[in-house]
Amino acid sequence: MDYRTVLTTCTYCGCGCNFFLEVLDGEPIGTIPCKTSPVNEGKLCIKGWNVHEFIRNEKRLQKPLVRKNGELEEVDWEEALDYTATRLKEIQQQSGPDSIGFLTSAKVTNEENYILQKFARAAVGTNNIDHCARL
Amino acid sequence: MIETITKKVGELLESGTIKGFLGLAMQNGHVAPHLYQKGDDLGDMVLGDGERTGDSRYPLNKYLMNIAHAYPDEIFGVLVRGCDDRGLKTLYTWNQLNPEKVVAVGLACPQELAQRCECVQPYPDEIVAGEAAEPVAAASVAAIDDLVLTEKFSFWMDEFVKCIKCYGCSNICPMCFCNECSLKCDDLVKKGELPPEIPVFHHTRAMHMVGRCIDCGLCEEACPSNIPLRTLYKKVNAIMDEKFDYTTGVRRGQRSPLNMIEPVEGKE
Repeated sequence: MDYRTVLTTCTYCGCGCNFFLEVLDGEPIGTIPCKTSPVNEGKLCIKGWNVHEFIRNEKRLQKPLVRKNGELEEVDWEEALDYTATRLKEIQQQSGPDSIGFLTSAKVTNEENYILQKFARAAVGTNNIDHCARL
Repeated sequence: MIETITKKVGELLESGTIKGFLGLAMQNGHVAPHLYQKGDDLGDMVLGDGERTGDSRYPLNKYLMNIAHAYPDEIFGVLVRGCDDRGLKTLYTWNQLNPEKVVAVGLACPQELAQRCECVQPYPDEIVAGEAAEPVAAASVAAIDDLVLTEKFSFWMDEFVKCIKCYGCSNICPMCFCNECSLKCDDLVKKGELPPEIPVFHHTRAMHMVGRCIDCGLCEEACPSNIPLRTLYKKVNAIMDEKFDYTTGVRRGQRSPLNMIEPVEGKE
């Protein structure tokens, strides 16, 4: 018998609400808002309340995918990052920085969004950056 | 107080009386629901006091139902305050937990908490730690009862309009265990529509709290919009008390009057 309440941070938006995932014998069975968290004080929105339901969703990506010969194939992170970096450099040199755009996420932290816009502007040299909350 | 509880739990676990104890632990700087098993260190056990007494309570009975459902043959201990004990008794009556498989470790709430909760019985039947505080009358209900009808209606509509339909009140509720939930029935509450229709959404839930609500107040604490749900359900409970002489979970084995067709003695 293995029953745990695992403290974690919601992945849905940048607020960073804390909750416990109720895990029984390795399976997430519930979400419990953390009452002592200064961020959400024991409260959650409807998405946060249902986080335990998407964890085991079979549609969830667990490895990076790279399109090879028209088909998406699972690859390891090393290959995915190498491929992305190489192609970004090539495109930037051939077609200029504004030929590249970045789409970031409301589901990651403020700091991660900051890093990506910094990468877009300072490393690549484009203002083409937006995120999913505007779609 | 915590020493008395820890000692009792230690004895229950060591003697093999219980397989596990569902209580609270201080972990990573937070109060967390935790299942203690034989040999576990009980040193991090807490009673749910964060900045104020009892402000970090969790619906332990709800989690106990999950564990007991997976391990129906095992006996589990659980930390209970007065409200949780009323919950246990009601869950036994509704066949959601087997009384032979549950050992309640009772904690009486201090007067300060009883006052804040306006608790009808701030102590469990069997007290392991703490001293029984005096029951407190519901001044929050009386204050709204004093309003004239139109003011009452505006008061509640002004509160309900804040609802973001997170279902937190129902998700946190230790007495919400129905397989089919009225709040998810399309005839009453339209799926995918925001904001929820008021007062239908809240009245549907209030109706379903009849004979169920044990007045733990966790719904109100979980509400992101600070709707005074506890006052609403206290009023529901007051009506049950007045009309049927029924207080949920105070007497073991008593069934909710709305689940019976016989007349109640002395009541019309």
